[in-house]
Amino acid sequence: MWLFLGSECLLFGGLISTYMLYRGRVADGPHPDQIYDIPFTSVSSFVLLMSSLTMVLAVSSAKRKDDARTNLWLIVTAILGATFVGGQVYEYTTFVREGLKLDTSLFGSSFYVLTGFHGLHVSVGVIMLLATAGIIKKNRITGDKPEVVELVGLYWHFVDIVWIVIFTLIYLIPA
Amino acid sequence: MSTETETHDHDHDHGHEMSDMAYIKIALILAAITALEVSTYYVDFGVLFMPALLAMMVIKFVMVVSYFMHLKFESSWFSFLFYTGLGLALFVYIVMLTTFKFFIA
Repeated sequence: MWLFLGSECLLFGGLISTYMLYRGRVADGPHPDQIYDIPFTSVSSFVLLMSSLTMVLAVSSAKRKDDARTNLWLIVTAILGATFVGGQVYEYTTFVREGLKLDTSLFGSSFYVLTGFHGLHVSVGVIMLLATAGIIKKNRITGDKPEVVELVGLYWHFVDIVWIVIFTLIYLIPA
Repeated sequence: MSTETETHDHDHDHGHEMSDMAYIKIALILAAITALEVSTYYVDFGVLFMPALLAMMVIKFVMVVSYFMHLKFESSWFSFLFYTGLGLALFVYIVMLTTFKFFIA
C-alpha cells in the first residue's frame, strides 16, 4: 500500500505541476482569481479534513473489535466524502456557467483534469468505505479485520493529504 | 508457543495505539491550521504570505501522514517507500518547472 501511495504522489505531482505551469494560460476564458470561491472551497476542505478524523476513529474501533462503531464511522466518513464530491460537482457547474469548460483554455483543462482525478479518487474511496462497511456487517472478512479497515483508511487519508496540497497551491496561492 | 507468538505480535501491532481523544485533538489542530490558511485570503500577511502558507501545508501534510496514517509508528521501511516516492515526485517536477522557466518572474 505504501509503495502504491508513493507512486500516486508521482501521478498527482505531475498533474499539480502541469496546472502550475498552465494556470496563467486563460485564453479568452475566466482567470482563476475571478472564478474561485474560496469560502465555499474552504468548507469543502474542512469536510474532507474531518472525514480523516472519522476514518481514524473507524480504524481505532476496528482494533477494539467494536464492529458497530467501526461501521458507524465508516458510513459517516463515506457521507463526508460524498458531501465533498457533491461540492465539487456544484463547483464545476458554477464554473461552466461562468464560462470555464474543459476546452476553454489550458488553465481550464489542467484544472479540471487535476481536480477531476482527485474527485475520482474520493469517489472510489467512498465506494471502498461502503463496501467495507457492508462486508463487516455481513461478517464476510475472514482475515485480519482491523488491517482491512486500516488499508482502506490509508487510501482515504492519502486523498486527504493530496487535497491539503491542492487547496494551498491551487486555490489559496493566487495565479 | 504459537499463542505466545501471536500475543507478542498483537502487542507489537497495538503498542503504538493513540486514544480517540488524541485523534480528536490532532483534528482540532488541523482545523485551526486550516482556518489560519483561509485567513491569508482575507488578511494581508505581506512577505510572509507564501512561506506561511507553504509551512502550514507541510505541517498539515506531515501531521496526517504521521498520526492518522500511523507512519510515525510503522517500520522505517514504509517511511522510506512513501517519502522516496514523494521526494522523487518533488525533485522531478521541480526540475520540470525549472526547465519551463516557471520560477522566473
